[in-house]
Amino acid sequence: MVDLLYFAWLRERVGVARESVETSAVSVADLVEELKARDPRYAAAFADTSVVRVALDQDLADFSAPLAGVKEIAFFPPMTGG
Amino acid sequence: MRISVQEAVFDPGAELSGFGAGRADVGGVVSFTGLVRDDTGTLEALEIEHYPGMTERAITAMVEEAISRWELADALVIHRYGRLDVGAPIMMVATAARHRVAAFEAAEFLMDYLKSRAPFWKKEVTRAGESWVAAKDADEEALKRW
Repeated sequence: MVDLLYFAWLRERVGVARESVETSAVSVADLVEELKARDPRYAAAFADTSVVRVALDQDLADFSAPLAGVKEIAFFPPMTGG
Repeated sequence: MRISVQEAVFDPGAELSGFGAGRADVGGVVSFTGLVRDDTGTLEALEIEHYPGMTERAITAMVEEAISRWELADALVIHRYGRLDVGAPIMMVATAARHRVAAFEAAEFLMDYLKSRAPFWKKEVTRAGESWVAAKDADEEALKRW
């Protein structure tokens, strides 16, 4: 099981802030495809992944990054701090 | 160094008082305070969401890099989350260094990184509704100079 976290408009589109899922996806991109096939909410949230960022165990990562050993995956829009 | 991610309002003057003081190796202190701006006259509040855990981790990494790159004597970052009124302080950065250029550059570096690499998201609440603030290409571009 991995924990998935969503922030800002991704959280609003998916409808939850956090969930645990069972997945056999080997990369972030695979996981996103798996989620999109699961429910229209995810298809809406991940319709344009050029505006989605991902962090693996709280470190920014690429969509090609492997998921082996990862416990927490967070999806969010480009950050707007400062 | 001090890093604070907090909901509560802060007083930039009080935070700066004593910062970098009382040491012989500090020649200057630079600080920047970001405030909630209303460009349209319709903003009621800014709502800032963040990623607890990663936020502190990301800011600590950028502050440690600034300290080592510009040989800072001290650094301070405060960033708020939650609902903020127009005119309220959002965040502040302060750097203390031997020389002015290092203090200014390190403060700008921290500002650029906080904008695009610290997991905060701003939502504008206006009388007409709510909308997430989109990241600007210029903010991402700004990182390239470092």
